[in-house]
Amino acid sequence: MASYILRRLLLTLPVLAGIVLITFLLARLSGDPTDLLLPPNATDEAREAFRSVNGLDRPLWEQFVTFAIKAVTGDFGTSLRFEQPAMQLVLDRLPATAELAAATMVIALSIGIPAGVIAATQRGHMADGLIRAIMLLGQAVPSFFLGVLGIIVFATWLRWLPTGGRGDWSQLVLPATTLAFNLVALIARVTRSCMLDVLKQDYVRTARAKGVWESRVIWLHALRNAFIPVLTVIGLQVGLLLGGVVVTETIFSWPGVGRLAIQAIYARDFPVVQAVVFVFAVIFVLVNLVVDLLYALLDPRIGYR
Amino acid sequence: MMKASTQHEHMSAAGRDLDEAEVLRVENLAAHLHTGGGVVRAVDGVSFSLRKGETLCIVGESGCGKSMTALAILGLLPRPAGRIVSGRVVLAGVGDLAMLSAEAMRKVRGRSISMVFQEPMTSLNPVFRIGWQISEAILMHEAIGREAARARAIAMLELVGIPSPETRYDAYPHQLSGGMRQRVMIAIALACQPQVMLADEPTTALDVTIQAQILRLMNRLKTETGSSLLLITHDLGVVAQMATRVCVMYAGVIVEEADVGALFARPLHPYTRGLLAAIPTSRSGGARGKLSTIAGMVPNLARLEPGCRFAARCPDVHDRCRMAEPPLAAPEGAGEGGRGVRCWLHLSAGPVAPALEAAP
Repeated sequence: MASYILRRLLLTLPVLAGIVLITFLLARLSGDPTDLLLPPNATDEAREAFRSVNGLDRPLWEQFVTFAIKAVTGDFGTSLRFEQPAMQLVLDRLPATAELAAATMVIALSIGIPAGVIAATQRGHMADGLIRAIMLLGQAVPSFFLGVLGIIVFATWLRWLPTGGRGDWSQLVLPATTLAFNLVALIARVTRSCMLDVLKQDYVRTARAKGVWESRVIWLHALRNAFIPVLTVIGLQVGLLLGGVVVTETIFSWPGVGRLAIQAIYARDFPVVQAVVFVFAVIFVLVNLVVDLLYALLDPRIGYR
Repeated sequence: MMKASTQHEHMSAAGRDLDEAEVLRVENLAAHLHTGGGVVRAVDGVSFSLRKGETLCIVGESGCGKSMTALAILGLLPRPAGRIVSGRVVLAGVGDLAMLSAEAMRKVRGRSISMVFQEPMTSLNPVFRIGWQISEAILMHEAIGREAARARAIAMLELVGIPSPETRYDAYPHQLSGGMRQRVMIAIALACQPQVMLADEPTTALDVTIQAQILRLMNRLKTETGSSLLLITHDLGVVAQMATRVCVMYAGVIVEEADVGALFARPLHPYTRGLLAAIPTSRSGGARGKLSTIAGMVPNLARLEPGCRFAARCPDVHDRCRMAEPPLAAPEGAGEGGRGVRCWLHLSAGPVAPALEAAP
């Protein structure tokens, strides 16, 4: 097991190197930060000086090599805008994003899984139809629309919840719910189809033949099996969640990595953009590793050596 | 104490229906499957009785309603398509199972009546340890602690011949062979010492040597635990080895019922004769003859023609067979007790014979 984890971690290194390269190129393709950061009436000398100080006048490959060598040591350069180490800026914002993501996951799982199970056991009945209709809506409505709608209804009209910011739990409710909505729909849909499949299996019939309570048959015998493919989907959707974080944090002024990313992109703050993308990529890779390890925990047929 | 007294009351209530020696009596049981292609009369009026310590074999080809009969008895027909439409399933000490509420039926399943399925490879839950799965069967029905249940489960593993049961208790199903998994299934089925064990083709998925072991095991355990066995099979070799009595099923009904010796010695129904003739023999001294077969196909149970269900495939068919379905009744001049056959050839009177209709 330990050697498997080590091997998997080593395999992530080329992936991360590729990500560093791609983010570097993408950031450079979006334009020259000199125009954005210096006032429009800056002299040509000032522009040249700015480029020279930041290495923007070197050939692209040289800029990358310098960047990559520093990146290995965790140094993604200094933010052009905040004039602080880029990586430090990202890491400072990480707890806020982690808090939001955790709340989102808790909401998504605690609603999505029961909804999927109920839809499967009530297949063809009213509850199933209702849940499926809501799920369809949940997958169709984009989070930026839902977020704004939430602010209008719950913050402006009803005044139940604040419009944004981070502090007490009430400020967490709207962004986490918004972010969870699409995920709930997805988890419920996958849970439903997996449960329908599992409920047809012979071992479910065996459990009933043993005289196991029907609720225990469904929530223990069947769900333990159905949850394995659901976990796969959750692992794959972490990317979606991170993308959603960017939008949702911006709408609700949540001081997390996502909002930092948007600010950095608008300001063409390359070092920060690169640090954010790098951190997101690391999270994505690690989450998928954790998901793979959880498989072994949930499914005894899978062993890692 | 409470439990014992209520059980006794049930016993006396059900006692009116069952003979002393009977543990399970199925009367005119009919179960339908509602499918896209119409209503399939999977079990269409099946009656039989299982006595204490007896092994009753239900034999017949695929799709004749054998498995559906067992699932109907246990209240486990596929949902929502399957449903018992009429008949009674009277279990000694419990009463009519078809009338029980879902919760009452749950208490019966696994405790008074249990089942071993055809597919040992898929019948155990892959994510739970086998010992846990046996213990669960005990804990569902008996108010004993986890440790006591564990000890009982280990004893069951030993009883069904699984080596080093203490260690195997913690094994997962995928770590065992098909034969071993079927032993675990038998351990689960017998964990609460039920009166009746149903076994639906328990050895079909296993290879021949393992098959023999499992059959011997079931025979031994039946004697040791005092359970009665309802064994469903399509294999006449298994019938010869295991059965006390035999019911031959065809297209949702029983076509012949007899003691095992009588059935093999003198099969009456043309279908039974066809089945017996289809067993390959080496009696011809190695000469290669064509295997005997029963021509034609099992009729579609969603669209049954009037008359005998076997008429279309019967070598001895005559006009009367196409007009009305024969009842299951004692054959003409039968000396053997409890024999029944559903064929006009062996029934004296015409298509409608009230005296025979009333026969057991």
